[in-house]
Amino acid sequence: MNQPVRGQRISVEVNGERHERDVEARRLLVHFLRDDLDLTGTHVGCDTGNCGACTVILEGVAIKSCMLLAVQADGRSVETVEGLAPDGELHPLQEAFSSFHALQCGYCTPGMLMSAKHLLDHNPEPTEGEIRRAIQGNICRCTGYVNIVEAIASAAKGGGR
Amino acid sequence: MLLAPVEYARPSTIEDAVRLLGEHDGARPLAGGQTLTNVMKARAAAPDVLIDLNDLPELRTISRSSDGGLELGAMVTLAELIRSSDVGDARPILGEVAAQIADVQVRNRGTIGGNICSNDPTNHLPPVVAALDATMTIRGSEGERTVSAEEFFVGVYMTAVGPGELLTKITVPAAGGAGDGFASIPIGRDGTCICNAAATVDGGQARLALGCVAAVPVILTSAAEEAAVREAVKGANLDPPSDVHASSEYRRHLAEVVAVRAVQEAAG
Repeated sequence: MNQPVRGQRISVEVNGERHERDVEARRLLVHFLRDDLDLTGTHVGCDTGNCGACTVILEGVAIKSCMLLAVQADGRSVETVEGLAPDGELHPLQEAFSSFHALQCGYCTPGMLMSAKHLLDHNPEPTEGEIRRAIQGNICRCTGYVNIVEAIASAAKGGGR
Repeated sequence: MLLAPVEYARPSTIEDAVRLLGEHDGARPLAGGQTLTNVMKARAAAPDVLIDLNDLPELRTISRSSDGGLELGAMVTLAELIRSSDVGDARPILGEVAAQIADVQVRNRGTIGGNICSNDPTNHLPPVVAALDATMTIRGSEGERTVSAEEFFVGVYMTAVGPGELLTKITVPAAGGAGDGFASIPIGRDGTCICNAAATVDGGQARLALGCVAAVPVILTSAAEEAAVREAVKGANLDPPSDVHASSEYRRHLAEVVAVRAVQEAAG
């Protein structure tokens, strides 16, 4: 039987690699990723669950890592944007974002990529409407979304224009 | 944002969850965390202990009851409601409305139990479970009790789930010949509702629940004709709040509009 604790040692698989750390119960997953594991690709945007810059994939499901405690990820697996290009070779979505100029300042991009990956993992041939709904939880203040939608559509078709 | 210090436990049985909730003053159940985590960041709530419900698979089940209705575990996520063929067969409105809440990531974590237990007057699902005449099963150290929607929603952010208790199940009756509808005026697509209404129509009679206009869903019955629905909403003497999105008067007007739309969809 587990009693409530202020903090605990957690073991989280991140991008295929297991990490063990002592964390306080109040620590958010996004801070665990950025500050404890130095995986700073996952961004903190609004910190209110609206903007989606902190989106990661937990057990195959896209979530906002500013609304999950790190202790909740104990024993679970997480994919972050760093996991898209483990050997430095860009993921097809990243290639498409680059060739379609689907970013300007780039702040939303990691979260946008993880939402796009979650979409294509579950729906390899999305319509434009499905793409737009899939990134509804990811706010971009630069692009107007058009190139992002085109990039995701292109990646779904195997790349290219 | 750094949260205030808090203790955390993730029990693996409902019994342990209820016991932990009862043992610690200031303990709060943590469901999907899509509201509570943010409320804690804003220091609007300061639970001493979080009892994480995410390791309780029996709260995650969707099943058909013997009469053809639905038994929904409180930890069923909005995404699971949307995908469930049982929900789609029995009362599809539940999945249709869940699909209008926030965004993919929030629907992946957010739960039906969390949506109704937080009882924010602008939430989508309180009026839906109220219109569908669902019953809520609440577990405490003394055992289980079942309450109606009328009894469940008590006030803003308040429900019949007391300290040391846990909502475990939402039981939705079979539709029979009834149809269901929902209408809202949201702030942007799938945004927070300025006004919403859910309705069930059976044999020309509507059961309506209006959201965003009072502390709890306002439950009304009326004939399904438009004039009767408008009359019923007027007769409720609503005194909705004013905010930056709508004045009280405008919200009262919208309540009538969404009530008629919900009933028309239900009668469809």
